[in-house]
Amino acid sequence: MTARRDAPILEIKDLNISYYTRAGEIPAVIDFSLTVNRSETVGLVGESGCGKSTVAWAIMQYMGNNGAIKSGSIKFMGHELNDLSDEELRKLRGSEISMIYQEPFAALNPSLTVASQLMEVPITHEQVSENEAWERCVQMLSDVHLPDQQRIMHAYPHQLSGGQQQRVVIAMALLSNPSLLLLDEPTTALDVTVEAGIVDLVADISKKFGTSQIYISHNLGLILEVCERVFVMYSGEVVEQGSINSVFTWPKHPYTQGLFGCIPLPTTDKNAAPLRPIRGQLPLPHERPVGCNFGPRCDHFEAGRCDARDVIMEPVVSSDAIGHRVRCLRWNEIDVGVPLAHAKAKPPFEVGERVLEVDHMQKYYEVHDRSIAALISGQSVRFVKANEALDFDARRGETVAIVGESGCGKSTFAKVLMGLECCTAGELRHEGRDIGNIPVHRRSSQQLGSLQMVFQNPSDTLNPSHTVGAQIARAIKKFGIEKEKSKIRDRVLNLLDVVKLPRDFYFRRPRQLSGGQKQRVGIARAFAGNPSLVIADEPVSALDVSVAAAVTELLMDIQREHQTTLLFISHDLGVVRYLADRIVVMYLGQIMERGTTEEIFAPPYHPYTEALLAAVPIADPEIEKREILLEGDLPSALDPPTGCPFVTRCPRKLGKICDQQRPLMQSLPTGHAIACHIPLEELRRIEPVIYVPPESERLHAK
Amino acid sequence: MRTLASFALLRESWVGMIGAGIIVFWILVAVFAQLISPFDPLATLQPFAKPGTTYAKGGIFLLGTDHIGRDILSRLIWGSRTVLVYAPLATFTAYVVGILMGLAAGYRRGWVDDVLSRISDIILSFPVLVLYIIIIATIGASGVNIIIAITFASAPGIMRIVRGLVLDLRNRDYVAAAQTRGESAWRIMLVEILPNARGPLIVDACLRMGYVIITIGVLGFLGLGLPPPDPDWGGMINETRQMAMAFPHMALFPCMAISSLILGFNLLADGLREISLRD
Repeated sequence: MTARRDAPILEIKDLNISYYTRAGEIPAVIDFSLTVNRSETVGLVGESGCGKSTVAWAIMQYMGNNGAIKSGSIKFMGHELNDLSDEELRKLRGSEISMIYQEPFAALNPSLTVASQLMEVPITHEQVSENEAWERCVQMLSDVHLPDQQRIMHAYPHQLSGGQQQRVVIAMALLSNPSLLLLDEPTTALDVTVEAGIVDLVADISKKFGTSQIYISHNLGLILEVCERVFVMYSGEVVEQGSINSVFTWPKHPYTQGLFGCIPLPTTDKNAAPLRPIRGQLPLPHERPVGCNFGPRCDHFEAGRCDARDVIMEPVVSSDAIGHRVRCLRWNEIDVGVPLAHAKAKPPFEVGERVLEVDHMQKYYEVHDRSIAALISGQSVRFVKANEALDFDARRGETVAIVGESGCGKSTFAKVLMGLECCTAGELRHEGRDIGNIPVHRRSSQQLGSLQMVFQNPSDTLNPSHTVGAQIARAIKKFGIEKEKSKIRDRVLNLLDVVKLPRDFYFRRPRQLSGGQKQRVGIARAFAGNPSLVIADEPVSALDVSVAAAVTELLMDIQREHQTTLLFISHDLGVVRYLADRIVVMYLGQIMERGTTEEIFAPPYHPYTEALLAAVPIADPEIEKREILLEGDLPSALDPPTGCPFVTRCPRKLGKICDQQRPLMQSLPTGHAIACHIPLEELRRIEPVIYVPPESERLHAK
Repeated sequence: MRTLASFALLRESWVGMIGAGIIVFWILVAVFAQLISPFDPLATLQPFAKPGTTYAKGGIFLLGTDHIGRDILSRLIWGSRTVLVYAPLATFTAYVVGILMGLAAGYRRGWVDDVLSRISDIILSFPVLVLYIIIIATIGASGVNIIIAITFASAPGIMRIVRGLVLDLRNRDYVAAAQTRGESAWRIMLVEILPNARGPLIVDACLRMGYVIITIGVLGFLGLGLPPPDPDWGGMINETRQMAMAFPHMALFPCMAISSLILGFNLLADGLREISLRD
């Protein structure tokens, strides 16, 4: 296909898409228009169910059995896609338009080598020889920054890490030299430091290959790093569009403003400037209100005007807002400063006595190797060092965050603390008693109730077979809080009030609840026994931005009221900076750095902390961040480096000493401690990773 | 509640509805056997009557009579009681044993799993028919012993299915939540895990009910079923098989009865699976 050089690659006009279900016709995308120019990256951002993936499917002309494009046009390089035959579409997909999905493992065939999957692309689409295909694939693998290309070509997908797999998928998509690349949440399944590398690569693609891209994500920070223009979607419609700078600095639509109020940016603070969740819930597609879809949740709603008729996109008239459009009737009546005026301040937490003391705790898993070679060499038992000499404590009313990527041992620590595993050495004292070796079935009901957990996955945390009420009631009964049936019931209703759910949820089943509501029930269940210590394992990472903000605030309100100690396990330093008082940074089962939140976020840094800070995307164009990309992937816990665990990826590696010797903790009198061979004085001289300009210098303040 | 709801959804699957219809038909036949059977199933009336023969003392042998003069239709009607009592009972006991073994193996893992899995491997490695013959020959032919034999032979297969489901479900967060609440292992298995495995198990139970009906038929055919003269579909085929060339109706109609009931359960299983996959 050829087209004029200056013509847009993709032009979508007045697109309407519906799904047909048993419940009738459900409009999924309404009145959608978008233009993508040559070598431009456009972001589609929105919460789940807003229709952003449906748009991608429509561009690929793959609507499934029950979806249909009702009206509108999708022009790709001047050709109307809606009119193409199946045969023409098949030629287009995978050669001119490529798509990259969330799960790299699902996109690769596990029974074929990387080479055979990659080489297929040039061989089928361009009929090149095998030798040439091989050369091209190796070149492409090096273009996506994969080292050791020959080995990767011969590898099967399961022999690669998640990050490497996603790079292979991207390489595969780029091999046919497409004009348009669709990326649907390509980094959601990856760790933050790996994500940073992929994001860097994606941002580089359009420059290097001239490919236009549509980047779909729920994460505003990622969109900021990758895209030039952004489309914010809500409930099937684009509510705001424009250049990144314009939309991120002067958001006009109340929903966009609301989203920014929900993100724990460095300018927020859990006490002084808490998050401001958007009230209410996303309307179900068949229950959308008349007029503005956001109306029922909007603080600027005006009855009789906002709910009169469907709202159309209007251009924002302003000198520095070219192409900025918004679907709001009152955009020029609403104060731009509003998103930054956060919710009103909350009282600070009172910190009391020590509730948890972790003293040189160690957890090894035995791995039995039953191969004959292992039996002969006598090395039939090996150890996975999941936790090595953990040392920290937590006080009443305090939030301590354990930060690290997958495989750092944070979940193992939670298991030992909950009594699902026993530690192999050291002590773990809760309220003065060593519980590291008391398995859960030997703990008293009082002990069980005072140490509870909030789980990560909302779809998994509640048993789908039992009602909400029965599940909370069981916890109350089990912890011996109440005995009588009527009193248990009262207490359940009380807890539902505490987590701000209606009382008639007592009889609901989990499948009737949204993700955020399930997480609230999970919190109610954890607080059933008035716990002194609650472990929260990434409780909001699977939730949408606005829902996550509400759940985070709820969790902290309950914590504040009950003087509970919160152990917050997370990989997201953004959330952690917002809610933690103290932070423990873990890598491969060991503590790399620990200290108060201020200490962790300012030099001296451990080089790993430094890289983590640089990896977390921040949805604010005025905050400056240094770029640090880590090489390689996490080593296996079965075979960790002999010296410093971080040595294989450390950009500040000194030399032999890092390979051979385990670094000692260098402690400061304040309690801030760093496990690194680099002297503290030198680490202190490192420039801060994140620079937040003072309020007076900010663009919106001018 | 949920199970009832999924049966209500069955109306949307015509395959499932046909299956349910056939089963309901046979249940009604069994319940009202007294009212609808034209003759006494045990009475010897007129040997070798072809279908449609008029009986001298009034009435018609719609499906004919067998070699000693018993009315085949009446025996089919009364025989449905045997099948519809023993097949569900045997399936149920097989499920109780299989589920308990599967829960223990899948949840406990370790040596419990090793022991139970090896036992079931051994049982499953026998040809089923030989197994039945050995068991019945050892403990004698009776209604209870049929149930014991079927349970012994089917439980290992059920255990494998349950074990597989449990291995997946035991890693769910709600199971961890129950563990951190200090629930006992059996409560977690029976209250937290088992109800969430019911979907695939209900479908499998319907299919297995079909196999059990075949088995009861086969046992009857081999003379290992209920002792005569009680009407038993498999037994009816066995008793008349030497005459099947000359009088095909004697074996044909019991065969059709067996296959219709099996078909009913298979269609119901298909319908349930279709619905469970839908949402």
